[in-house]
Amino acid sequence: MEPILQLNDIVTSYGRIQALKGISIQVFPGEIVAMIGANGAGKSTTLMAICGVLPIDRGEIYFKGQAIQGMPPEKLPPMGLCQVPEGRRIFPRLTVDENLALGAFYRHDTEEIEKDLDTVYGLFPILKDRRRQHGGTLSGGEQQMLAIGRALMSRPQVLLLDEPSLGLAPLVVQKIFDIINDINRTQSTTILLVEQNANLALQTAQRGYVLETGRIIMEDRAETLMHNPEIRKAYLGE
Amino acid sequence: MDYFFQQLINGITLGGLYALIALGYTMVYGVIQLINFAHGEFFAAGGYVGVILLGYFTGRGYLETHPILCLTAAFLLTMGYCAFLAVGIEKVAYKPLRSQPRLAVLLSALGMSIFLSNALMLTQGVYDKAYPSELFQGGFHLGGVTISYLRIMILAMTVVLLIALNLLVFRTKIGIAMRATAQDKIMSSLVSISSNRIISLTFAIGAGLAAAAGVMVGLYYGSVRYDMGFLPGIKAFAAAVLGGIGNITGAMLGGLIIGMVEIFGAGYISGQYKDVFAFIILIAVLYFKPTGIMGENIDDTRV
Amino acid sequence: MIHEYKKTLKNYVIGLLWLLGLLWPLLGIHPDGTLSFDRTFTTWLYIAAGSFICLLIYMLNKSGLLRPVGNALSAPREKASRLIGAVPIWVWIGALLVAACLYPVFTGRYAQDVATNVLIYICLGLGLNIVVGLAGMLDLGYIAFYGVGAYTYALLNLHYGLSFWICLPIAATLACIAGCIIGYPTLRMRGDYLAIVTLGFGEIVRIILNNWMTLTNGPNGLLGIKPPSLYVPSFEAGFSFELLYIKKLQYLYYIALALAILTITAVRRLNHSRIGRAWESIREDETAAELMGVNTFILKLLAYAMGALFAGLAGAFFCARMRFVSPESFTFIESAMVLSMVVLGGMASIPGIMLGAAALIILPEVFREFETYRMLAFGLAMVVMMLFRPAGLIPAKRMGTRSEDREG
Repeated sequence: MEPILQLNDIVTSYGRIQALKGISIQVFPGEIVAMIGANGAGKSTTLMAICGVLPIDRGEIYFKGQAIQGMPPEKLPPMGLCQVPEGRRIFPRLTVDENLALGAFYRHDTEEIEKDLDTVYGLFPILKDRRRQHGGTLSGGEQQMLAIGRALMSRPQVLLLDEPSLGLAPLVVQKIFDIINDINRTQSTTILLVEQNANLALQTAQRGYVLETGRIIMEDRAETLMHNPEIRKAYLGE
Repeated sequence: MDYFFQQLINGITLGGLYALIALGYTMVYGVIQLINFAHGEFFAAGGYVGVILLGYFTGRGYLETHPILCLTAAFLLTMGYCAFLAVGIEKVAYKPLRSQPRLAVLLSALGMSIFLSNALMLTQGVYDKAYPSELFQGGFHLGGVTISYLRIMILAMTVVLLIALNLLVFRTKIGIAMRATAQDKIMSSLVSISSNRIISLTFAIGAGLAAAAGVMVGLYYGSVRYDMGFLPGIKAFAAAVLGGIGNITGAMLGGLIIGMVEIFGAGYISGQYKDVFAFIILIAVLYFKPTGIMGENIDDTRV
Repeated sequence: MIHEYKKTLKNYVIGLLWLLGLLWPLLGIHPDGTLSFDRTFTTWLYIAAGSFICLLIYMLNKSGLLRPVGNALSAPREKASRLIGAVPIWVWIGALLVAACLYPVFTGRYAQDVATNVLIYICLGLGLNIVVGLAGMLDLGYIAFYGVGAYTYALLNLHYGLSFWICLPIAATLACIAGCIIGYPTLRMRGDYLAIVTLGFGEIVRIILNNWMTLTNGPNGLLGIKPPSLYVPSFEAGFSFELLYIKKLQYLYYIALALAILTITAVRRLNHSRIGRAWESIREDETAAELMGVNTFILKLLAYAMGALFAGLAGAFFCARMRFVSPESFTFIESAMVLSMVVLGGMASIPGIMLGAAALIILPEVFREFETYRMLAFGLAMVVMMLFRPAGLIPAKRMGTRSEDREG
């Protein structure tokens, strides 16, 4: 099977400091892949590099076989690649409705968009109650739901999630991860999951990559990683 | 009392015009955090192109036979011209400087402002250019107050444009995209909104509105000058700041207030110093409440 | 490589077509109901030709084809710079001073006139540099202080008969106070707003000068101001002192030279002082400076006041030389010109600003026939400089060394 997303030896720099020092990742269709690592290891940088927000010094990125490095970020959602960035980043002075509508910005099939909107409200009924409220007035958990809902509105084939559990209460996190699993199962959405909560990430994913200061130091099936003593010590809080 | 009402109407008219120009400032600032010094020149260019077109229509005799059609055509074409101008200016003088420090793009805008006003002078002459005065003669009286038809047209046109803008920004998909880009440029590109296109569109709309104001000012005062963009530009900026820079409703409100203050100040305090009032308001607002009336969070530096 | 050229060429052609679309309505639609294309085309063709040459030079430069020319020049250039470096800087400065002092001896009225102008603008440029270049605050109303200085001397001289030399410090002080007054409310504001507010203040001052008929005689200006005077010993009827008015341009030149030297020395000392360090820290990162204990408010006010001081001096001299003052000399365009001298010459770089002042005064004189295009070229030059060389003609060297650059 061909990987749906492939990174070859990605190098990025921040001024003179190299943030990513040669990252190679493969994500196959339908799987959930986790990227774990300490703060500043380069996890978010990788996602931003994939989406073209951060420029790449060297390396190639392939999505569905097409080279996408250097493409402007706005070209990716129509191709089926969507990111839910770190910190939710919902539009604070737009309503919930408007935020979700923007998720489907590139689409023109109004009927289907309506259906998807209903689906999203079905998944997150609390958002439906607040549909005319401004995004900035929502709680952290609600914003995360809104961010994910907005991403779902673009009918992504590959979803990049950056720290979905950050700053959220355990119950909310549980709900969100249930939904992540759900969309992976029912819609075969491939998911690349960046998480500081390594436990949760490795429980959810099938495979995992471990990042440390811009390099991949380990790559394996999630279960194996979870039982790896070094990983347990460093990231799983043993 | 009649004097008061007369001034009230004058104030609303002027305020509407300032609002139209202020919208351009505020929208551009909202999306790329730049005070477009050259914005006043879109206003001036609009005045000029308007008089050129109307002059042409007069020469062809169209103005006499189809005044409404000519006027509408003049407005639309002028707004289109200035939008065309603005989009080009953005690409040439502002876009390449997006990663540079703020001073560079400010100075580029300053240079552009000087360049444009002088280009107008060189192509159109140093002297005032007169608008055809056959349009909209007369008016009617309401009590002791005279309201000319011209003023009604201007008021109506302003209201139409402001409502249209409101609908565009708050009810259409592209309007939502514009607001999203102003709030978070990176996130909006992640939802497939092309920030370059939105920025161009913002410039175009802002310039179009300023151009319409330019035509109306030309009609109202009877003539245009190459440097007519300078003072109204600063006052409109004061209006945008007063309303809360980046806030569209604020710009409309601010424009109205500045217009009223200028007219009433000129009428009741001092005619000579009428230009000073707008500056005083600007300085006072920035000193006491920099976020303006509608309280836009100016320290919100979104990457 | 070719791809890049194609892209540049494509953009260039689109730009030219855009320009044509803009020019035609302005030049080709006539009030007699006719449409013409010839005038538009001729103007456009001139512009197209000129810009095409520039584009060629730009592309050649980028492609490296001009490098042999550059290499051929670099050998003598290196020799020259080695020669310059071999002689200590004091010698060069001394030589420049001597040349400046001897200048009026060898040149006529016109050249002295231009030179005096350059010297005045050097004072203005360096003064503004304190505000913009050292402290990093964009001031668009700077010329107001120039006006304050000028009108101070004018009024004191006309109403009280005070001599130029007494008025000079008074003008400087009043300008300084004006700087504090204007600076106080504006110092809280951020860069973009600061610019517009100072612009507003500059305009307010001009409007007041224009409308306060009783004080300033409004747009008519003030006439009959006495030039600088000196008491010279006279041996006519016994030994006494006679009041001699310095009207000769040559002597006025020397006064201007003295003022310029004063300004240059003062700015240089400030640049290298603790205050200059503090200003630089504010310019680089104001929040960080505050956290380091720098009293940003007082320092910014000081920068403003000092800048105004030099403008006041220059203004008083300007008034004494012209013997006439009117609000027309103190418009926003003047502020913009002084600002561009600072920015285009190289912010915070004294030689750069001197070069900028010289260029902005001398170049229009050289191209006198193109007088009408002067401001157009000026605006264009600002945009072009920002696009291609934002650091200015002679960029300032940073005072300290950055740690990243040292670790190299």
